[in-house]
Amino acid sequence: MGNPMTEQTQTSEVKSSAQGETGKNPGIIRVEGMHKWYGDFHVLKDLNLTVKQGERIVICGPSGSGKSTFIRCINRLEEHQQGKIIVDNVELTDDIRHIDTVRREVGMVFQHFNLFPHLTVLENCCLSPIWVRKVPRKEAEASAMEYLERVKIPDQAHKFPGQLSGGQQQRVAIARALCMKPKIMLFDEPTSALDPEMIKEVLDVMIELAGSGMTMLCVTHEMGFAKTVADRVIFMDGGEIVEEAPPHDFFSNPQEARTQQFLKQILAH
Amino acid sequence: MTESTMKPPKKALTPVKWMREHLFSTWYNSLLTVVVGYLVVTSVGPLLNWALFDANFQGADASDCSGAGACWLFISQRLNFFIYGFYPDELQWRVDIMFLLLAVAFVPQFIERFPGRKWFGIFGMTGLPVIGYFLIPGGNFGLETVESTKWGGLMLTLILAYIGILASLPIGVLLALGRRSEMPIIRGLSVVFIEVWRAVPLITVLFMASVMLPLFLPEGMNFEKLMRALIGITLWQSAYMAEVIRGGLQAIPRGQYEAADALGLGYWKKMGLVVLPQALKLVIPGIVNTFISLFKDTTLVLIIGLFDVLGTVQSTVTDPAWQNVAVEGYVFVAFCFWIFCFGISRYSQNLERKLDTGHKT
Amino acid sequence: MKKQTIDSKPAGPKPWYDPRVRSLFFQILAIAAVFWAGWTLVENTLSNMESRGISTGFGFLDETAGFGIIMSLVPYDSTMSYGRTFWVGLTNTLLVSAMGIIAATLLGFIIGVARLSSNWLVAKVSLFYIEVIRNIPLLLQIFFWYFAVLGALPSPRQSIEVGGTMFLNNRGLYVPEPLTQDGFGLVWGALLFAIAAVVGIRTWAKKRQLATGQIFPTFKVSVAILVVLPVLAYFIAGSPLEWDVPALKGFNFGGGITIIPELAALWLALSLYTASFIAEIVRSGILSVSKGQTEASKALGLPNGLTLRLVVIPQAMRVIIPPLTSQYLNLAKNSSLATAIGYPDLVAVFMGTTLNQTGQAVEVVAITMAVYLTISLSISLLMNIYNRAVAIKER
Ligand SMILES: Nc1ncnc2c1ncn2[C@@H]1O[C@H](COP(=O)(O)OP(=O)(O)OP(=O)(O)O)[C@@H](O)[C@H]1O
Ligand SMILES: [Mg+2]
Repeated sequence: MGNPMTEQTQTSEVKSSAQGETGKNPGIIRVEGMHKWYGDFHVLKDLNLTVKQGERIVICGPSGSGKSTFIRCINRLEEHQQGKIIVDNVELTDDIRHIDTVRREVGMVFQHFNLFPHLTVLENCCLSPIWVRKVPRKEAEASAMEYLERVKIPDQAHKFPGQLSGGQQQRVAIARALCMKPKIMLFDEPTSALDPEMIKEVLDVMIELAGSGMTMLCVTHEMGFAKTVADRVIFMDGGEIVEEAPPHDFFSNPQEARTQQFLKQILAH
Repeated sequence: MTESTMKPPKKALTPVKWMREHLFSTWYNSLLTVVVGYLVVTSVGPLLNWALFDANFQGADASDCSGAGACWLFISQRLNFFIYGFYPDELQWRVDIMFLLLAVAFVPQFIERFPGRKWFGIFGMTGLPVIGYFLIPGGNFGLETVESTKWGGLMLTLILAYIGILASLPIGVLLALGRRSEMPIIRGLSVVFIEVWRAVPLITVLFMASVMLPLFLPEGMNFEKLMRALIGITLWQSAYMAEVIRGGLQAIPRGQYEAADALGLGYWKKMGLVVLPQALKLVIPGIVNTFISLFKDTTLVLIIGLFDVLGTVQSTVTDPAWQNVAVEGYVFVAFCFWIFCFGISRYSQNLERKLDTGHKT
Repeated sequence: MKKQTIDSKPAGPKPWYDPRVRSLFFQILAIAAVFWAGWTLVENTLSNMESRGISTGFGFLDETAGFGIIMSLVPYDSTMSYGRTFWVGLTNTLLVSAMGIIAATLLGFIIGVARLSSNWLVAKVSLFYIEVIRNIPLLLQIFFWYFAVLGALPSPRQSIEVGGTMFLNNRGLYVPEPLTQDGFGLVWGALLFAIAAVVGIRTWAKKRQLATGQIFPTFKVSVAILVVLPVLAYFIAGSPLEWDVPALKGFNFGGGITIIPELAALWLALSLYTASFIAEIVRSGILSVSKGQTEASKALGLPNGLTLRLVVIPQAMRVIIPPLTSQYLNLAKNSSLATAIGYPDLVAVFMGTTLNQTGQAVEVVAITMAVYLTISLSISLLMNIYNRAVAIKER
């Protein structure tokens, strides 16, 4: 299991300097009054969200509503300008030490996979454990193989990403993120660049992952997935969280007009 | 919950903020800014003084130059030589007409939605050289003959580059087709031709043209020096042109060839009507870029004794009547080339961008 | 024969309509044309040379050259043969090309990266450099450095001095030459030992990282060892190095190493000019690595430095190296502009003076072109091997 001791000490060091209130665990992700602008364009407006350990959240909403921007703020691929984001008790500020700490604990899967084309599948998976977690290569490779088995492509380990199908590439991307043994996984439309027959193989992996108790934040339009695994569904529109409910209530009894309209469009497909 | 009227917190962009962000964001950026800024400030001031404030623009001869700044007088006094070489004064109107026609043909290319600019371009590639062929050397239609040894300056530079590119275009097309031919011998010959010319420096080609060409030709037959240089430049340039065009041919999808075959077009019709029109359009930026290189490379002809614009300047900066005007001369030539090359490269970049989008949508 | 078999096929086309026959015909025609042209050229050339009294063959290479060359890396004087002038020219070409390639690469990478700097001033100055330098003919730049800058330097008696040991004047740059004394072997020994130690440390560090995951600061330690050991040895051996400082003798300097202005001007111009092209290559190479790649790397927790080293640079280099080699080739070919200012490179010495004296144009031009052809073919061969080795595997 990696090198948990050094990891723990490093994190707690930053943590204590980041803020005083540890102790009780009010949620692994806390977003409080967060705003973001692109230039003058107000993309995210006063977002508030608390995610508990092990919770699975699905975010949906029309195109351009700021879903990607929101989850990219959580591992600081985008900067927010106002409000607070606290991930695993570390507040995201300009301090690079905080950013590095958070990114180590947060895995991310992109719409377009973003595998490193110059490295083999196995090397993709081992890169970060070796250089960031400082795991011995043998161990890193062994654990990477475990994850590749979990996503059902151990036999592709020595190929290059360009030689795999889209569904296989996305599963490698999931395995790569898992190799860092993250506490939280972010998914940004992981299936929307895939052909229908590949969507299922990726969703199966995600459902299996959800069953294992991982904290997950997924931006997706796969409503079936939301119904089966989500603890909560969040609907965003125009940079705001419009509605937030357990999947059953969300789909059967949406409160807001905008949500109803969105669901009508989605389900009309 | 309506449209928010909130503004981003650090909204106002003050100059101080801008500088903090773009010049002094980290300690090494600050250090760089200070060092580079110091270098820029200390060099720009004296440079401006030399080129403008202390410079001499007016007068009749060297004695009117103070020596404190640039002696631009030298350029204006010798401008005629730099532009026309030894072309007789009273016949220079012929060259002027060509300059004018050149501008008429190509300035519209820089102006988008200039009506019928394509036709101006086509004129530039066909009518213009024909008119030039009769007008500049003379010797027909009652025009007085002007020996090519008298041509020089900017005019010669333009002639070399223009004919070089125009003549190498068809040869380049043939070579590119040859290199992609299915006949092994034709392909082999094209590859050898292209690779040999591309491997050797232009200066060896020019030497070869000026020393060896006379040996190759049957006795009694000979070309003028300018003609020999042009032959060398054209052969050399056509190898580069072939590679550019080959790139375009490769970019045409197989389906286009197959569709042409399916329509029953023969090889030449397939190439001429379907493939080449698309490929050539694709490689216009590439052709423009090779033109820029060729344009700069024409200066090499001064080594074999032709007076291009650099040659004319080089031969006058050592004139004892003027002292230390080398820098002024070089700056003038540099400026001439820079204007042409920078302008044309901007043009080709725009074109590339447009072709790029044109392909996606 | 061929015709027969085709005709004997029942449904076969008439020979003229058979594409294979056509293709054969065209190819034979092409070969015939090439042979005919070659034959005519050879015949014309031979008769022309005969009528001008020019001898043929490579015998001239053994004849005495009888002219001096201002700079040579191999021992040379005017009593030596024309064959020797070839070597003098070739080594001079290789020297200036190598110097130019090193300087242009360094400068080009710096400017290319600076072009992408977040520092506005640095980015704009680099842009200015690139746009100015690459749009001005190289020959003009060579002239500028040679005639306008170096030619305007003072005469030897008024040399510009740097610390009384280096002198710059219109005859060139004079720098002290290090002369190793008896005990210097110790320094060489120390250097060799340091190199061995660095290699050892690198392997050890790699092994340790594989085994335990700990990362050793190999680079810093290597640099320290490489510097400290030889310096220590130098002082232990009692500073066994003397400098032959150039001194004014009569009208010029003697002693030390001289960098003639022809070499300096050519080197400066070639490096500055090529650097502007390399900078653009580097810039577009770095930009070719998509934003998604850096984002993925950051999302995995790799800090900026490692992201650059492990993700961006390896991918950018694949894009950079092929056009970079073609710039190196261009630089080597452009070094032939030496002729214009009298630096004795291959073209100036061999294709210039030797050709003029012997008149054997065909042989001299053939040899010179063969040299350039060899250089460029071997580099493109290496390039192809490299490309095949690093090609990113796609389906
Ligand atoms: N770098 C940027 N600069 C300026 N505006 C941006 C930038 N990135 C995104 N935006 C804008 O921010 C808004 C939200 O973008 P975002 O990518 O978060 O939407 P989304 O909900 O993920 O949409 P989709 O479902 O299409 O992925 C959009 O209007 C987009 O145009
Ligand atoms: Mg999105």
